[in-house]
Amino acid sequence: MPKHDTPLLDELESGPWPSFVTDIKRQAESKPECWDILGQLELSFKDRITHWKHGGIVGVFGYGGGIVGRYSDVPKEFPGVAHFHTVRLNQPSSKFYSSEKLRDICNLWEKYGSGMTNMHGSTGDLVLLGTTTDNLEPLFYDLTHDLKQDLGGSGSNLRTPACCLGKARCEWSCYDTQAACHHLTMHYQDEIHRPAFPYKFKFKFSGCPNDCVASAARSDFSVIGNWKGDIRVDAEAVKGYVNGDFTANGGAHGADVKLDVQADVCDLCPTHCMKLSGDKLFIDNSNCNHCMHCINMMPRALRPGAEQGATISVGAKAPILDGAQIATMVWPFVNVTPDNDFEDLIDKIENIWDWWMEVGKNRERVGETIMRVGLPTFLKVMEVEPIPQHVKEPRSNPYVFWQSEEVEGGFERDVKEFRKRHAQ
Amino acid sequence: MGYDPENPMADRITDIGPPHFEQFFPEVVKKNYGKWLYHEITQPGVMMHKSETGDECWTVRVGAARLISIDLIREMCDIADAHCDGKLRFTTRNNVEFMVDDEAKVKPLMDDLAGRGNKFPIGGTGASASNCVHTQGWVHCHTPATDASGVVKAVMDELFEYFTSMKLPAKVKLALACCLNMCGAVHCSDIAILGVHRKPPMIDHDAISGLCELPLAIASCPLGAVKPAKATNSEGEEVKSVAVKHERCMFCGNCYTMCPAMPLADPDGDGIAILVGGKVSNARSNPTFSKMVIPFLPNTPPRWPETVDAVKNILETYAANANRYERIGEWAERIGWEKFFELTGIPFTMKCVDDYRLAYDTWRTTVSFKFTSHIK
Repeated sequence: MPKHDTPLLDELESGPWPSFVTDIKRQAESKPECWDILGQLELSFKDRITHWKHGGIVGVFGYGGGIVGRYSDVPKEFPGVAHFHTVRLNQPSSKFYSSEKLRDICNLWEKYGSGMTNMHGSTGDLVLLGTTTDNLEPLFYDLTHDLKQDLGGSGSNLRTPACCLGKARCEWSCYDTQAACHHLTMHYQDEIHRPAFPYKFKFKFSGCPNDCVASAARSDFSVIGNWKGDIRVDAEAVKGYVNGDFTANGGAHGADVKLDVQADVCDLCPTHCMKLSGDKLFIDNSNCNHCMHCINMMPRALRPGAEQGATISVGAKAPILDGAQIATMVWPFVNVTPDNDFEDLIDKIENIWDWWMEVGKNRERVGETIMRVGLPTFLKVMEVEPIPQHVKEPRSNPYVFWQSEEVEGGFERDVKEFRKRHAQ
Repeated sequence: MGYDPENPMADRITDIGPPHFEQFFPEVVKKNYGKWLYHEITQPGVMMHKSETGDECWTVRVGAARLISIDLIREMCDIADAHCDGKLRFTTRNNVEFMVDDEAKVKPLMDDLAGRGNKFPIGGTGASASNCVHTQGWVHCHTPATDASGVVKAVMDELFEYFTSMKLPAKVKLALACCLNMCGAVHCSDIAILGVHRKPPMIDHDAISGLCELPLAIASCPLGAVKPAKATNSEGEEVKSVAVKHERCMFCGNCYTMCPAMPLADPDGDGIAILVGGKVSNARSNPTFSKMVIPFLPNTPPRWPETVDAVKNILETYAANANRYERIGEWAERIGWEKFFELTGIPFTMKCVDDYRLAYDTWRTTVSFKFTSHIK
């Protein structure tokens, strides 16, 4: 029996999209605190404002992240959600599960929590939504002992890394995103669980420049698969596209939409480095900028080149505070391989951390620190030689910060000597 | 055994990380890891990946609310057990993917999904409207300017036919963040729904000295609007507090994040802004930010009709006018934003002209433009 009337929420039970209201009501039959979730949410719908208090520091012993404290500001009316803390579970790379594992997690959450979850949170964690302070330690015990799983990150630490599904089910992944994500997650358990940074730091791993985990938009350290050399071409399949045997764009527009290779591929290529002659496709690979458009359009005919690695960009973030930033390209081509335990990534990450932990201000993302000190300073600290690829265009103002040692004779001059030749 | 509250550190296990991903792979994925050759979307929501070995992985993608119950997850497990050898995966956009190794297994799987009411809508592939990723909103967050799950349900109900078909010019990625913190990182989405505040923070002089480090609250403001000030609490005592210069406030809420005694949420002040034209893919054009085209729509639960109409209008105007393969931002760039405003009928106001940092980058510095209806 519903504990509260929810006339506003009830209106969200109709319509073709799955209804979270119907779902919560169903769960409330066995987890009665769910009625109070609905009750408080109905009050927010009525009042048009949140009813959750600000913050609340809770956690498990020895960890500085992974649990987000949450308390109701109307606990008397909704005692079932008076404490409603979030538990972030570190998801397996690219979110494959067995039903057995998921059922174990469900049983754990039936025992200790509200029964509601987010599959998944924006950063990537499997989010368990709503438990009490008293339940945190027992939950953590069962989680680590019985489920052999661990918490993710929250606060000023390394946030739970995330990746696209990479080589598991995609033909374009230029490195093993899942192995990289898993390895670095394991390597940096301390940094994930114990905040030691000026602010949050995120890794995200995408296998190709399509960037399906929005790595360039969301991560401080963005690893996006890329290739050198020639796009691999299956000439027979090119013929097939020219002859209309295959759908355009891997069928993304339906079975009836065929490809006009000239108009849809060559003419839309941003560098115009492709030419169709009869049923043969010629690519001037030295002018290709690896945007993926042609490969997306003709997946049976074209694949990324065989020499594969990743491009690393740094400093993406959402707008708070100085405005949003898309990650800035720093290392154009890096070897990303489990053969050396991903040491090419680890070296760069730790260089960035060493510098940022020293010069970063409280609550300053690394992208903002780079903005503050300038990209040239960051490149120098990272010992990266500047290349035209680091900029969209050269600077248009003339205000170069020359250093004394770069200028003949240095900055120290004698004004008296100057006056001997130039009267005041 | 089990947790002993008298001895909480006994047998403690920490820092074991997530389980290794490989154990959760379907057999066909495990066998063909790194060997995939190409893919084909055979119908909305259904993808076939072909391996060098000749194997095929058939995936059925279904949309889900991000906020889901353990009973629903168990139902997903039942489906995976019945059709997919007990394996399934979730996408970054809150979809669920069921994979089988044979085309013949696809139809029974789809029939099963379809037989469970509206719980598992099949779609979200190719030139469709994506599942709308979102944040917590009123169901769990302390700083939201709008709800998340409710708005998304209302929007997705209305855009449902675009989720289950592939008739748009290109993919359209939808996202909602319930405040400017943008936990959902909506700043590079084709259509972004963003909760915004419009009233400066109130100051709780009774609570501020107990709850906040005043220097942190002052430093939190990117525009220097928060200043130290003496104030009188409700006991009539003079207390050290802060004052806010209202004309400098840009309603980002960062002060409230740092200082719980400075709440700014408000039923009338808060609402939704719409931003469009962002993307993260590098295909054809560079990754780019979403741009604000509607600065404010009111919070109107339970179904936010103004927001739903605005999103649908943008989507359908784009669908009717863009070239195939063109994302919303690419379309707007090609035709010019003045044309975007004219075609969508969205009023252009001063609020859409940037006056924050780096604003100059967005001002027009060419005399080539189109004479749309905006020029009287």
